[in-house]
Amino acid sequence: MSVKPGYVRPLDLKNGRVDMTHGAGARAMAQLIAELFARHLGNAYLGQGNDGAVLPAPMLNGQPARLVVATDGHVVSPLFFPGGNIGSLSVHGTLNDLAVMGATPLYLAAGFILEEGLPLADLDQIVLSMADVARAAGVPVVTGDTKVVERGKGDGVFITTTGVGVLPDGLDLGGARARPGDVVLVSGTLGDHGVAIMSQRDHLSFSAPILSDSAALHGLVAQLLASGADIHCLRDPTRGGLAATLNEIAHQSGVGMMLQESAIPIKPVVAAACEFLGLDPLNVANEGKLVVICAAADAQRALAALQAHPLGVDAAVIGEVRADARCFVQITTALGGRRMVDWLTGDALPRIC
Amino acid sequence: MRQHEPAMKYIDEFRDGALARTLASKIAAQVQPGRHYSFMEFCGGHTHAISRYGLTELLPHNVRMVHGPGCPVCVLPMGRIDMAIRLALDHGVILCTYADTLRVPASGGLSLMKAKARGGDVRMVYATQDALQIARSNPDRQVVFFAIGFETTTPATALAMLQAQREGLTNFSVLCCHVLTPPAMRQILAAPEHPPGGGVQIDGFVGPAHVSIVIGSQPYEVFARQFHKPVVIAGFEPLDVLQAVWLLVRQVNAGRADVENEFARAVLPGGNPKAQACMDEVFEKRDTFEWRGLGELPQSALKIREAFAALDAERRFQLVYQPVLDHKACECAAILRGMKRPQDCAIFGSVCTPDNPVGSCMVSSEGACAAHYSYGRHQDGVA
Repeated sequence: MSVKPGYVRPLDLKNGRVDMTHGAGARAMAQLIAELFARHLGNAYLGQGNDGAVLPAPMLNGQPARLVVATDGHVVSPLFFPGGNIGSLSVHGTLNDLAVMGATPLYLAAGFILEEGLPLADLDQIVLSMADVARAAGVPVVTGDTKVVERGKGDGVFITTTGVGVLPDGLDLGGARARPGDVVLVSGTLGDHGVAIMSQRDHLSFSAPILSDSAALHGLVAQLLASGADIHCLRDPTRGGLAATLNEIAHQSGVGMMLQESAIPIKPVVAAACEFLGLDPLNVANEGKLVVICAAADAQRALAALQAHPLGVDAAVIGEVRADARCFVQITTALGGRRMVDWLTGDALPRIC
Repeated sequence: MRQHEPAMKYIDEFRDGALARTLASKIAAQVQPGRHYSFMEFCGGHTHAISRYGLTELLPHNVRMVHGPGCPVCVLPMGRIDMAIRLALDHGVILCTYADTLRVPASGGLSLMKAKARGGDVRMVYATQDALQIARSNPDRQVVFFAIGFETTTPATALAMLQAQREGLTNFSVLCCHVLTPPAMRQILAAPEHPPGGGVQIDGFVGPAHVSIVIGSQPYEVFARQFHKPVVIAGFEPLDVLQAVWLLVRQVNAGRADVENEFARAVLPGGNPKAQACMDEVFEKRDTFEWRGLGELPQSALKIREAFAALDAERRFQLVYQPVLDHKACECAAILRGMKRPQDCAIFGSVCTPDNPVGSCMVSSEGACAAHYSYGRHQDGVA
């Protein structure tokens, strides 16, 4: 058997594992980048091969536009879950942080912290998922970083993504813009992501036919904004769920809110899982849902725009913003009583994203 | 909640808004104007349901619900948490327990959660079986299950111990802090602060749900007979609670003091004999046990029988219980006896919050203070 000069044995994506050399900045690392990261994520910017990517100045409608930058670390456990994996989640998470600002996403950067021993097949699948969803969103990963930590010092892989987007002049969707009289909408059923993750945790072992809602929301946001509805604030209710997101907005805007429990869309399987886990679905994470605060007069227009998009078919008006110096979020229960909807103390579901 | 498919069978029926309004108007029609009704819901599960569904707003103004001591982590005195922390930090065991227990304040500003951050191997489990499994998977480590709760959780602990004994698991043991419901109810009724001597009025009890599945309805007969207080055993769903209030109002109006069973779908007069036998095989009554709020109560808690001494963490690690004084300003003790409401405590919602609890009642969602803070403080009318 003859070996070609210069032959380098390719990465063993079937049985190989991440080892310390993959983070050492030498040939093994270059090979990992070339044969795994660049193979999936490759594009002209990434191909520049420098420590940073040189990008054209952003323009919007022929004018220099405002930049939006968002960054988000992902430590989800387990790495693979129904409806996605840490790779797709890490792209969606950052795209959504841009989307709720009203920004059109342009570029992503990705930092990987790999644990020694991670099967290369797993990493391959994770990066492939990132590439797939980034491509679907039309947003290239233009630069990245790889580090390897010793076995036991990480948990497979952690991914931090940073996104850059452009924002048209005049658009301001800050959390401080909710006003008494505004309505509160959600784009779909709540708690799907958290329950999908919970169903995979080792010590819980229950099977729920539920997929994570992990999705990129900028298309839905674009459709919503294009409807012309007077949108005051957008958020994606991730960790802490709807309850945390609405409390944040209430405090930023100095207002209260009153929700209708019977109007909040929740899948029965999610409600059932939350029931026996002792969780409130309003505290459970989402990765593909929007919270929309908009002027009351435009509620139906916003609702129609959301429902016309595949990611918004279950959208609903769930409540209204009220004047309240205490910034309380309250809910009228299905029984007709009222209660507070508070931040959850601690973390019912650690490492959800 | 808006649901797209069939609802949760056997649960949503007990959360029906229309039925709730019907029951609320039945209660309103039943109460006599000018008369005040004060009922203690014994269990934290009821406290939670009342707060979670906003039930007080559905009740007439002259019906007051008084929160009872039936929240498992609330009645644990600090000294017991200290024992668990010593196991985790000094003895290096894997300490397993139910989630709410992790945040209960202990001595020296610690909690099990904070002990974990200091290197203790503290793990949250959903079931005693999880703790057993951790013991099987870590044969070179000592694994202790910190067992808390009323009669509801006791059979599961007993079962795990029987299983451990059968399997000959030598690295598993239990720190038993299980407590009993009837002695606590007796203490509340016998306490001098209750009428006729003045203090808080209790006209009847919403009796325990899950506890009663295990012990049955008979143990409450004595409260009806001896103390002339009606007891209505009720489930933890909001309609259960409303139905129980209606039955209690009827009893009070009629001058009756009976044990009624609203939770007949789950509770039998004799309870669950199999679970009782299981508990009895493994546990016996302690001579005395300190409760937070209620003090030392004779025959009010369980310890591990001699035959299971090998599985007793108190014996294995030679732990000695040391009582600890509660925070001076904390009113948990009075709140657990129904003497004060959470909002009567000077540090409620300021120094003491669910994120930074001073007293145990601010920890569990079943605790009176946490329930009021998380669900009910909009009623307080203060910023």
